[in-house]
Amino acid sequence: MSDVTVPTTKRAKKAAEGPYGKIGQAINELDDRLGVAKGGRTFMDKIFPDHWSFMLGEIALYSFVILLVTGIYLTFYYVPSVAHVIYHGSYKPLDGQSVTQAFASTVNISFAVRGGLLMRQMHHWACDIFVGSIVVHMARVFFTGAFRKPRELNWTIGLTLMILAIGNGFLGYSLPDDLVSGTGIRIAYSIMESIPLVGTYLAFFVFGGNFPGTATIPRFFILHVLILPLVIIGLVTAHLFLLVRQKHTQFPGEGKTEKNVVGTPMFPVFMAKTTGFLFIVGGVTALLGAFAQINPIWQFGPYDAARISYAVQPDFYMGFLDGALRIWPSWSFASFGHTIPFEVFVPAVILPGIIFNIAYVWPMLERKFTHDNEIHNLLDRPSQRPKRTAAGVAVLVFISMLFIASSTDLIANFFHLSLNYVLWAMRFLVIVTPFIAYPITYKICKELQGVKGGGKRKTPNVVTRTVEGEYLATPTPSYSEDVMEELHPTPVPIFIEAEPDEPVESGVRTVDR
Amino acid sequence: MSEHRTPVAIGELSENDPHLQPAAKNPQTVEGVIAGTFVLGLLCVAGFGASYWVNAKPWILGATMGFGLFFLGIGLVAWGKYLMPRGPFVEERHELATSQADRDAMAAAIIERGGGVVKRRKMLAGLLGGGLGVFSLVALFPVIRSLGPLPKGTLFHTDWKKGSYAVDQTGRRVNVGDLAVGSIVTVFPEGAENTDRGQAVDQTVLIRVSNENYTTQKGRESWGPKGYIAYSKLCTHLGCPVGLYEQELQLLVCPCHQSMFNVTNGAIPEFGPAPRPLPQLPLYIDAEGNIRAQNGYDQPVGPGFWERHNV
Repeated sequence: MSDVTVPTTKRAKKAAEGPYGKIGQAINELDDRLGVAKGGRTFMDKIFPDHWSFMLGEIALYSFVILLVTGIYLTFYYVPSVAHVIYHGSYKPLDGQSVTQAFASTVNISFAVRGGLLMRQMHHWACDIFVGSIVVHMARVFFTGAFRKPRELNWTIGLTLMILAIGNGFLGYSLPDDLVSGTGIRIAYSIMESIPLVGTYLAFFVFGGNFPGTATIPRFFILHVLILPLVIIGLVTAHLFLLVRQKHTQFPGEGKTEKNVVGTPMFPVFMAKTTGFLFIVGGVTALLGAFAQINPIWQFGPYDAARISYAVQPDFYMGFLDGALRIWPSWSFASFGHTIPFEVFVPAVILPGIIFNIAYVWPMLERKFTHDNEIHNLLDRPSQRPKRTAAGVAVLVFISMLFIASSTDLIANFFHLSLNYVLWAMRFLVIVTPFIAYPITYKICKELQGVKGGGKRKTPNVVTRTVEGEYLATPTPSYSEDVMEELHPTPVPIFIEAEPDEPVESGVRTVDR
Repeated sequence: MSEHRTPVAIGELSENDPHLQPAAKNPQTVEGVIAGTFVLGLLCVAGFGASYWVNAKPWILGATMGFGLFFLGIGLVAWGKYLMPRGPFVEERHELATSQADRDAMAAAIIERGGGVVKRRKMLAGLLGGGLGVFSLVALFPVIRSLGPLPKGTLFHTDWKKGSYAVDQTGRRVNVGDLAVGSIVTVFPEGAENTDRGQAVDQTVLIRVSNENYTTQKGRESWGPKGYIAYSKLCTHLGCPVGLYEQELQLLVCPCHQSMFNVTNGAIPEFGPAPRPLPQLPLYIDAEGNIRAQNGYDQPVGPGFWERHNV
């Protein structure tokens, strides 16, 4: 009885809590039940390499977070129905028009719901940023060889995520049922119809009947807000799990080997930086939503199958498909009582199929051709792999040319050229430019390999003449700004007493390891 | 565990050690800047709340929220970058691969244990597999089949029939006196002008190209009474409405992918990816002067599909 001391003073109470107080107790309780302390500690020490290009995937992840948040807000007000109502909302030019509920509710979000227009525009901008950052992130992974063994599976998941992002972007773009998006659905329907043998059945089953049908918008809605987001969340989780399990790749450098990771630890450094970056991505998206108008559907008007707007253009990630459809010649097969609309089927189904499938099997192809079955954790510089880099650039140039081809009419108008001329120029460029890009890139890579001290300015040689008349050239040292100091990495300390309360006399800091 | 907590002096991490933080020597300046961004962020975020409260314009909501998040983010990144130990620190990778013995053990478990069980009960395994296979197949049919109706003939026919009156979008019958030469109007078969299907499938452009009967192609001598000719408005490429009429060149232009159809020559595609002419609707003018269809379209309208006969 007497040896049980009930803490009475503040200090005694604190002492009874253990050296780490309430947090320590909470961890004790958690660890008793879940056994998280060891793994949690390891996770806090997880090292993230410091390189700006690793930020691209973060942009994708955070714009997806913004998509989820703004998207949930929008679902509260959007009505996925094509039942007609007479519009009597706050946007007067549409007053009294018969429009679908989908369109009316989207106009309502834009004008009557507080913060609704901002959320709509942020959602649309975040989608464009999402797809765009995925593409750039993939280019980083491709050109540095980060997809090589053991990370082929994560390349596959990432590529699938990109396709799903594009698909879900198209579905979301279709939901307002405005004039432009309705035309997009019409085109998607026709593309599906173009598939030989099963096309019409596929189109009828996917869209719930002949175009336009009443099932399309409700189906697109549930796919857009539930099914595809669930799949995307699952794949993002798998993507990040594999990243933690296999750890990051890193560029070669001071103290960096195939067997370690060098950078900053998860907690607190990376966490502070990446959380800050989440806010920055959110902030930039909000500023875009505030100042850059996107998809003003009230100006396009409601969908009317018999009307069309001039210079209709899809979102940028659909541009390459639209461009391909424009420049592909009108070669249709019609014989034996059947029609194969090659003019649609090839550019809109076969072409993206080929591009994506090559991307899927690329890690396998490269392993086969290089006979390289090793585990790679150190990244390539793009110049070290001239063939891969040149191939990647050629494909990007090809897709960019298709993208440019999606605005043949605008180019013709802007430069006062004949549309025919622009069309043939684009057909020519799409085929020729990749073949020009490949050798140029290859040559640049080879040149870069030969350059000593790439990225640094050339230093002068000091020429001196000796008394005997002999000339000597002495190179001067690099400019101090050009010398990147690379520190040797140290193991992660538990605690660095960066700013001690009392000055340390010895000048040596104490560190917990 | 306790020895991990014993402070160990690492010589390299002295006050001047760059592993610590870039601003370790003089943190006050950086602290000041970060504090500044946080104050700005705080003010903006508070401003966001206030502007939401008073229902300010959307751009004010976006600007306050955007700048608020942006400044908070900048400050937090700067905090992490300049006031936290920057490393580089190193972590060893654990080998992903386990030992060959582990692999063999797993393979053995699958093959010997599982294989043994199945091998002795081949018939049971076959029956189970057959049952599940049949189920997945038969389940597939109702699932897919319930998604929509079968195409049947719906892609082949429009609502244009023998004697259909051509009406405009408001339902008014088009009379022979209505259009001047060079004018164009979108028409529908009477009764379909307000239906979704009518809008999407039956839409037809009615153009008056002259005052005389007009023949666009051989065999269509009677199709263009008094210069009135009619084509399906669905582009044969992807089904966009062929909405632009270039009167000077007598071309119908699809704004989606720039297919151009020659109105005077049976709407043959002159440019762009469209593979076929727009189907022409044969017209006649009845005793009251109404524009009416002699018959429906002689072929499916719109984009191509597998079942379409070659006409």
